[in-house]
Amino acid sequence: MNVLLQCEGIHKSYGNRKVLEDISLEIPQGRIIGLLGPNGSGKTTLIKLVSGLLVPDAGKILAAGNQIGVESKKRISYLPERTYFSSSWKVKETLCLFEDFYEDFNREAAERTLQTLQIDLKSRISTLSKGTREKLQLVLVMSREAELYLLDEPMGGVDPAARDFILKTILANYNEQASILISTHLIQDVEKILDDVIFLKQGHIVLQKSVDQLRQEHKKSVDALFREVFAC
Amino acid sequence: MEWKFEDDIPIYQQIMDIVKQQIAVGGLEAGQKLPSVRELALEAGVNPNTMQKALAELEREGLLYSQRTAGRFVAEQKRIKQGLQEDLMREYMQIFLENMSKLGYSAQEALQLLQKYLEGGVKEK
Repeated sequence: MNVLLQCEGIHKSYGNRKVLEDISLEIPQGRIIGLLGPNGSGKTTLIKLVSGLLVPDAGKILAAGNQIGVESKKRISYLPERTYFSSSWKVKETLCLFEDFYEDFNREAAERTLQTLQIDLKSRISTLSKGTREKLQLVLVMSREAELYLLDEPMGGVDPAARDFILKTILANYNEQASILISTHLIQDVEKILDDVIFLKQGHIVLQKSVDQLRQEHKKSVDALFREVFAC
Repeated sequence: MEWKFEDDIPIYQQIMDIVKQQIAVGGLEAGQKLPSVRELALEAGVNPNTMQKALAELEREGLLYSQRTAGRFVAEQKRIKQGLQEDLMREYMQIFLENMSKLGYSAQEALQLLQKYLEGGVKEK
């Protein structure tokens, strides 16, 4: 199986605070992987390193064989934890932005999904609720025909029913050759769509396994195991 | 089909159970074509790989069969019976071997004892 993402010995500090220490991992094609950890465990930092927003202090990252840069950004679709659209824009303008920026953006698919969500293309971003903005951003990110999707807290601000919708959007839109890395602490909601999980604790990977294996070995859901591993 | 999942069992096994139940109560009929892996995965809200694994296992057990281009189907009654029979057969064998191993016999020894028993050579204690 092809390796989409390879991280080797990644270190990252902010000032003298170590955020990630010696992180090594590989993501093959066609997997949905949960990046799970409590607040401040380094999830967002790791995702930002892979998306090229941050540079590691040490170690190497290869995305589909490329160093992180223009080439990797063409193949990686990144959902940041906060939406970045100007509130004075209309929904339609966000579509145009994506169309201009990304060769792999499938505008028709995006418009179709927005229609099922009843998000009007003429609405102004400022009139949308927080949850609707998040959905819009996710639809755009998932409408790219990318190889790797990095989703940082894709369901942070939405209600449980909308979470199901978001998960379905993720499942319906990704191509089976692609992989998805989802960072979240809403484990219960995502665990049935995950192939594998990575537990991140204070900048270290403490566990990396398939969900089936975890359930079989521990006779517990990933959510229950998470609570155990990260009990305070 | 209703898809509800428990916490402590791998999801692919739960999918297998749900499909088996559906076959047992006639919700899925012999010869019926199943939707694609992707459609089923969406319906159940699970990862397509998980659905694929469950269906492949069901196929191995003889409850489903696939035709290369046409898709996946529910097996005919006869095949299902055969599959279930094989399943149970495996289960009973395993129980037998486990019990024998509790008595301190290896699988090989158990086989020999069984043969002897069938030939009437093992005395009852």
